[in-house]
Amino acid sequence: MREARRIKGMAIRAVTTVILLLPGIFVCIPILLLVTGSVMGSNELKDYLSPVLPNGTGFISWKIIPDYPTFSNYAKLLFFTPQFFVLFWNSMKLVTLILAGQLLVGVPAAWAFAVYRIKGSKMLFALYIVLMLLPFQVTMLSSYLVMNSFSLLDTHMAVILPAVFNTFPIFLTYGGFRTIPIELLEAARMDGAREEYIFWKIGLPLGKGGMLSAMVLGFLEYWNMMEQPMAFLEDKSLWPLSLYLPEITWDQAGYAFFASLLMLLPSVFVFMTGQDYLEQGIIYSGLKA
Amino acid sequence: MKEYRTYKRAVRERRAFLRFLVFSLSGVLLFVILPFFDVFGRSFTTAVTGQFNGIENYKTIFGNRAFLLAVKNTLRFTGVCIPLLTIIGLLIAVPLSRLKEAGVVKSLYLFPLAMPTAAVVIVWKLFFYKQGFLNLYLSRLGEWTGLWGEVHTDYIGGGAAFWVLVFSYIWKNTGYTVILWLAGLLGIPNALLEAAEVDGANGLQCFIHIVLPNLKGSLYTIVILSFLNSFKIYREAYLVAGAYPAQDIYLLQHLLGNWFVNMEFDKMAAAAVCVGGFLFLVIMLLQYFWDKKE
Repeated sequence: MREARRIKGMAIRAVTTVILLLPGIFVCIPILLLVTGSVMGSNELKDYLSPVLPNGTGFISWKIIPDYPTFSNYAKLLFFTPQFFVLFWNSMKLVTLILAGQLLVGVPAAWAFAVYRIKGSKMLFALYIVLMLLPFQVTMLSSYLVMNSFSLLDTHMAVILPAVFNTFPIFLTYGGFRTIPIELLEAARMDGAREEYIFWKIGLPLGKGGMLSAMVLGFLEYWNMMEQPMAFLEDKSLWPLSLYLPEITWDQAGYAFFASLLMLLPSVFVFMTGQDYLEQGIIYSGLKA
Repeated sequence: MKEYRTYKRAVRERRAFLRFLVFSLSGVLLFVILPFFDVFGRSFTTAVTGQFNGIENYKTIFGNRAFLLAVKNTLRFTGVCIPLLTIIGLLIAVPLSRLKEAGVVKSLYLFPLAMPTAAVVIVWKLFFYKQGFLNLYLSRLGEWTGLWGEVHTDYIGGGAAFWVLVFSYIWKNTGYTVILWLAGLLGIPNALLEAAEVDGANGLQCFIHIVLPNLKGSLYTIVILSFLNSFKIYREAYLVAGAYPAQDIYLLQHLLGNWFVNMEFDKMAAAAVCVGGFLFLVIMLLQYFWDKKE
């Protein structure tokens, strides 16, 4: 009897695991397509993809293992397309500067909201939340006018500056700081520690999780950024990678697959290394203000 | 003496608060709030000459068919997506919370968050073009069951594009929602559930009377963040179908983007004020209810 129940329990667990994993695998199919597509020669790809091109007939087809695997796309992109690297480094530069700026500006601000309860601070925080929820297009015109008056249009600064003052990372970092027990801060104050010292010695080490999660989510977001550079950067040599990929046409499909794969890599790397913080950050974003 | 000390303390706190906040606040004022007031002012003037023309711009946009269409589509999208995402997330999170080894599953669901839109869109095109994978497999299924013939729906140019966007949104955000639900589920004290079981409640009763009421806090967060993420679907829509997509997926972001390109700043200002004001109200309402719950 007990044995039967144990087996039944195991079976149920196994089935739920499988059912839960299924959509997960479905999630990874795009990666598989990109990987196989990137090692296909242009003739083979043309055979498979011709139906989706204009005037094509029949249906698309695909092979998980290409008939004639080739690294020609890799060679073409890595050795013969210097433009790609310019845009890759543009993306890197934008993301790095935005995240650095957000840390410098946002972490102290999050600390201010998390630790000090003064009159009006709650209202101000609510305003920050509203600002974080406004879509880019609503503030696009105002950002444009500001950048225009500072003559920053068509420079990377036009994309970086508004992003640095985005309030979403503050919201996440705030969640991390809120988990620090107030008694600890009180004790430090009793011992005569200055507020900056408390922030530096207690806040930063203990609130690290919130900051890192903001950085991980921020990287995924700004690596993927499109609206801002599209609106504020006319010079294509300043563009990030996210705007360049869609410009590759279908007759260079294999090249596009490999370029997409390269764009994916930094994101995946950050995701893998920062997954615990990412999860933590998502949970922090659920904490009550 | 004591009063003096609390007074001194309050001053000290206020000063520290301002010191820590000063950079952020001045940046936000300079780059977001003051410019928005400027736009508010502009929404009452003409685009070219800058003359005051009252509420003429607002009248124009509310008589503008593109604006009304975009508002309708955006509302429809959020109205469909947010409940759908919330429910799907909960359906996955509940069994997941009972699993010991949930790590791998969680990573799999979160993974789409790490996939840049530009890289995903190329795959979406392969799936949803008229002669793409979806129609291929649907046709094969039809042949196999003998119920229908070849399928040639255009999922990007027609009304189905809306559902492609919905799918894309769910695909990307399910992981996020599952994590939030899981955090809520794990926060429910076990003692509460055990007590109910001792009292003879079955699984479903436990779920309805104990688990669900305890998840209200999570629900508010999930709704707010789903809302935030629903605006980002514009990227997919834009990359798959361009600046002038099928009628059903012409979103407010498309419209504002197009007005921006055409320098129709008067209409844009009025629309930005309307949309911003509307969002402000919605979020304040949500916050109000959120606060009242606690």
